Amino acid sequence: MLATLINYLDYLSVGIKATILVFAVSLLFGLCISFLVGLIRFARIPILYQICFLYVGIFRGTSLLIQLFWIYFSLPMFGISISSFAAGCLGLALNNGAYGSEIVRGALSSVSKQQFEAATALNFSVGHTLRRIILPQALPEMIPPFGNLSIMLLKDTALVSMINIADITFRAQQLRTRTFDSLGVYAVTLVVYFVLALAIVAAVRLVEHYIRPEKRRTGFLSALIGDQQS
Amino acid sequence: MIGNLDLDTTTTTTFLQGLIPLLLTGLMVTIAAAMLGYVIALILGLVLAVLRRLPYAIVTWPIAIFVEFVRDTPLLIQLFFLYYVLPRYGIVLPAFITGAAAIGVQYSTYTSEVFRAGIDAVARGQWEAAKALNLSMSRTYGVIVIPQAIPRVIPALGNLLVGILKETPILSTISVLEMLNVATIVGDRTYQYSLPLTLAAGLMLVTTSFFALIVRLLEQRLPKTGIHLQ
Repeated sequence: MLATLINYLDYLSVGIKATILVFAVSLLFGLCISFLVGLIRFARIPILYQICFLYVGIFRGTSLLIQLFWIYFSLPMFGISISSFAAGCLGLALNNGAYGSEIVRGALSSVSKQQFEAATALNFSVGHTLRRIILPQALPEMIPPFGNLSIMLLKDTALVSMINIADITFRAQQLRTRTFDSLGVYAVTLVVYFVLALAIVAAVRLVEHYIRPEKRRTGFLSALIGDQQS
Repeated sequence: MIGNLDLDTTTTTTFLQGLIPLLLTGLMVTIAAAMLGYVIALILGLVLAVLRRLPYAIVTWPIAIFVEFVRDTPLLIQLFFLYYVLPRYGIVLPAFITGAAAIGVQYSTYTSEVFRAGIDAVARGQWEAAKALNLSMSRTYGVIVIPQAIPRVIPALGNLLVGILKETPILSTISVLEMLNVATIVGDRTYQYSLPLTLAAGLMLVTTSFFALIVRLLEQRLPKTGIHLQ
């Protein structure tokens, strides 16, 4: 019984690597898009603002699976052929970036207006104001929602199996058609995803530990475990 | 409906004439699945929220673990789990029902958190007054607490409906003929993916915007203090 489950885990391990890779690449690009679009929408830069508004509207208004299919099946019709891995990461990053940009915009808006005025009065440049005054106040606000968004992203990576990326879900499907043990295979798969999600929660706690001084706890372990009130 | 599919792809106009009715039929299935899933999510979510407040650790702990587990694992795997595992135990449901149930269960973990926040926000005095009047637990919840909790959480619940609507394309993976599935089948038959997929994305955007608008209107109309019962 246990040996079978370990065998499943072994078969899934290739998929686990693929899922982590897709997750990491999309998270990285997603964060870049979030900050870029969030800053543009916050600063209301003409033209770019409208483009970003349209982008966020489209990607938050339609479902991820449609976006992935569109990128994978429809782009080649316009002569742009990309691999399924690139299509998957592109779709996830664009989708994640659309949601993330709202987080960035919200956190920037939560910084009080006087802070900007004081920076202007002290003749700080825009970059300096952002780096030294605004972001240090806005970043801690962003950590918890970005943590939730990362878990969403992990769950969404399961969809890239539909465009033929051999991730955990894809391998699980193969394993099911091979063994017909749907209960065992999917139970192991669910647990694998759950453990990955817990790892993300722990990572977010660590980031929080270093970024939010008021939340800094005594030790490394207590930062991981956390307390119920925070 | 789609079995004897005979689309005239000679010009874009004739293609669209055949395509649009098909996609609209798919859209109806999408909306129906979302609605059924939403009803399941609301009922189950309320039950989970109330059960989680019971003073018995033997009830609250398993529910807390269930909620955490379901929330952190992908809907796609849960869907496959229900779709492939239930028939092994003699429960054979149509794919449509299985899909709506999977969406409903995943979203019930979200709605339960929303309800929980709503119930927590009801003033302590209300609980104490109910106790002073010697109301039973079921009457305290049914007549005092829940009617006051629900109006506060309507906006959050409405956003979840829009979220559910965006998840339904996942049902195409278990052969439910919803909009995305129709679009890809048309693509497979005609080798033209761009038009059906773009149209499906456009319809999705219109639908989610429409529902978001309804939620916003409902939010303004609802009483802020509570539903008045006779």
